Amino acid sequence: MLNKNTYLILIISLVFAISFWIGFNVNLLPAEASINAPIYDELFKILFIIGLIIFIGMTIAVVYSLFKFRKRNDQIGDGIALEGNLSLEIVWTIIPSIIVLLIGLYSYNIYDRMGGMKELNHNHEMMSSNTDKIWAGISQNSDNEIAKNNLSIEVSAMQFAFLFNYPKGNFISGELHVPVDQKVSMKMESKDVIHAFWVPEFRIKQDIIPGQPTILNFTPTKVGKYPIICAELCGPYHGGMRASIIVEEESDYNEWFNKNKKPEVNL
Amino acid sequence: MTISIDPQKTNNESIQPKGWLRYFSFSLDHKVIGIQYLVCGFLFYLIGGTLASAIRIELASPMSDFMPRDVYNQVLTLHGTIMIFLWIVPVVNGAFGNYLIPFYVGARDMAFPRLNAVAFWLIPPSGLMLVASYFVDGAAQAGWTAYPPLSITTPQSGQIIWILSVLLLGGSSIFGGINFIATIIKLRRPGLKLMQLPMYCWAMLGTSILVVLSTPVLAGTLILLSFDIIANTGFFNPVLGGNVVVYQHLFWFYSHPAVYIMVLPAFGLVSEILPVHARKPLFGYTTMVFSIMGIVVLGLVVWAHHMFTSGTPPWMRLFFTIATAFIAVPTGIKFFNWVATLWGGKISINSAMLFSCGFIINFVFGGITGVALAQVPFDIHVHDTYFVVAHFHYIVYGGTVFIIFSSIYHWFPKVTGKMLNEKLGILHFIITFIGFNLCFAPQHWLGLNGMPRRVAEYDPQFQFVNQISSLGALLMAISTIPFLINVFLSVRNGKSAGDNPWNALTPEWLTSSPPPVENWEGEAPLVEEPYSYGKEISEQK
Repeated sequence: MLNKNTYLILIISLVFAISFWIGFNVNLLPAEASINAPIYDELFKILFIIGLIIFIGMTIAVVYSLFKFRKRNDQIGDGIALEGNLSLEIVWTIIPSIIVLLIGLYSYNIYDRMGGMKELNHNHEMMSSNTDKIWAGISQNSDNEIAKNNLSIEVSAMQFAFLFNYPKGNFISGELHVPVDQKVSMKMESKDVIHAFWVPEFRIKQDIIPGQPTILNFTPTKVGKYPIICAELCGPYHGGMRASIIVEEESDYNEWFNKNKKPEVNL
Repeated sequence: MTISIDPQKTNNESIQPKGWLRYFSFSLDHKVIGIQYLVCGFLFYLIGGTLASAIRIELASPMSDFMPRDVYNQVLTLHGTIMIFLWIVPVVNGAFGNYLIPFYVGARDMAFPRLNAVAFWLIPPSGLMLVASYFVDGAAQAGWTAYPPLSITTPQSGQIIWILSVLLLGGSSIFGGINFIATIIKLRRPGLKLMQLPMYCWAMLGTSILVVLSTPVLAGTLILLSFDIIANTGFFNPVLGGNVVVYQHLFWFYSHPAVYIMVLPAFGLVSEILPVHARKPLFGYTTMVFSIMGIVVLGLVVWAHHMFTSGTPPWMRLFFTIATAFIAVPTGIKFFNWVATLWGGKISINSAMLFSCGFIINFVFGGITGVALAQVPFDIHVHDTYFVVAHFHYIVYGGTVFIIFSSIYHWFPKVTGKMLNEKLGILHFIITFIGFNLCFAPQHWLGLNGMPRRVAEYDPQFQFVNQISSLGALLMAISTIPFLINVFLSVRNGKSAGDNPWNALTPEWLTSSPPPVENWEGEAPLVEEPYSYGKEISEQK
């Protein structure tokens, strides 16, 4: 006959085991197609497992209480007059505080690895001609050797389309073509209302705001065609405001780029 | 109802209508006003629910084929606005607050009965105005957040009526908040200490502080927005040099605390319900009080977590991550305390208890996704997607609305003197719980995989999961039928409840059911220990 504590330890281990199993085996996310995606998925997995442990644990506690301490027909009177337990309450204040603090530090680390904490205003070639200070967005995920191979694109959003300006080729495209494994740096501005640039497979999103340019940098890692989705309510056709990003091998990209390149600005 | 009226008590009773007619009058009785809030809120809940059904019908297919696109945006705007400002806020604050707070502090009415009646009577006209704006030139269609410049560029009449309506509702909320603070602080029966008050008083005190501090900011913001719309000013209009991100800061400075204005009273109500049906004292009274006040303080400094993908610099994103995540600590304390309240009790499994336990499970789920959403890198992917829609419905529906139903099952015998039918109540719970989880759990997956919110059309690969969600919504709509049947049957033919059917110890149960006009025949009882279950019995033995 096992005693109470053994049962408790057994149940807790089981909850942990189930949570870890689900966390590692159930994939709820779309394909990973940028450098940011695996970093994001690592954070997701950790939060998913911690969340499962807490949720399953609490659900078991509630359902068990309802079953175990339900009032039988022949019972009268009250439960035990337990008004509190200071040491228990200290425990469930301190442990969640530590968990929350660790999660916060960890997600700082993740955000930093995604490039979120990097200075936004340096090394962007469009900056020299623009006096606006850009103060929102996500920067590069590795700093120093950026600019050289950097593909700069100017995004303008309007009801209900995205336009991608390739300054080096003097042309505007409705489809975003980028070479695989190369850093892309976008400066985005809206012509009318607020829009947002979201590529689920890249795990990145940034609002595109009128009167306030924002920046979004990413490095695609997988050849393919992915949706660009507007994620901020922008009017009646908001649901239809989509474009495609086509990630291709460098040679294919160059072919496409040269085909569209124009010698002069011709808007 | 026979009441012996002490001629000294009040001067207006003789001119007040009697019977059901008093619910249509400018009554000053806090109990009548409470019921007015509840019934009015429930009628708007039915309207908001109908709009929700329309949204789920539209989303049952990937094409925008059920209603015109601009009407769809009006529907989602009205759904959000009605559910927040006309159902949840007035009911968890106005309805239960008005009914219970004077009992809990041992008063005969609220501190300012006329202000109280004004606060209620602002609601029906502003709600009707909001609904009627659809028939003028189309209702507002910029979402309940009304972000400029969209709200400046969509048809003016709808947006202006929306602003007026929200301003009136905000005014009502502020009047209510002032009244609750004054009542709890100043009208306490002699001898009743603050730390002896039932937990709902603390929740309402915290909530009212948030209402009074943050609602005026929303009002000011919306007035500036209306200037931009009708007077062509440029506060938030980028064409005229305005700043759209400033609006978001001001808006969320109210609208994040608004979440706590919706859930803190529910935390208070569940703290009243659980001890009664578990026959145990509320676990950790003092920590519960401090965690409410902790949530109030933290709730005021987390607003920018709604703006992680907006025009916010990196340092700001991180500050608001940490602040937001820490709200989980006082909130977590409350949930552990409620489970500890159940532990070792003699729990009656009835409708009130089931809805309260459903609340705990749903809210823990919504709280966990909330902590995840607080993390900037996590939020950047799922912001403005169905993941967020699922998260906040777990908080406000799975949390607060479950508690509203739990409270109705718990206090119905007090208000009417009749019991509700338990079998219909449990049926109501089962359909609601299954329907709710079927509707909203799959939406987390939709958001993670690429479905943004507020869309009428979507990628066809999401059709099947959307249909499951719509099926859940259908069950939720059906679940109101047994509830309504139950209420109507029980009001007419319900089993007589007696004064205190649950053998509860809080003061509202120590008078007749329904209670007399000024709450007690004689002096208000002094309840120093509202949760001393188990104790009394052992003392009697």
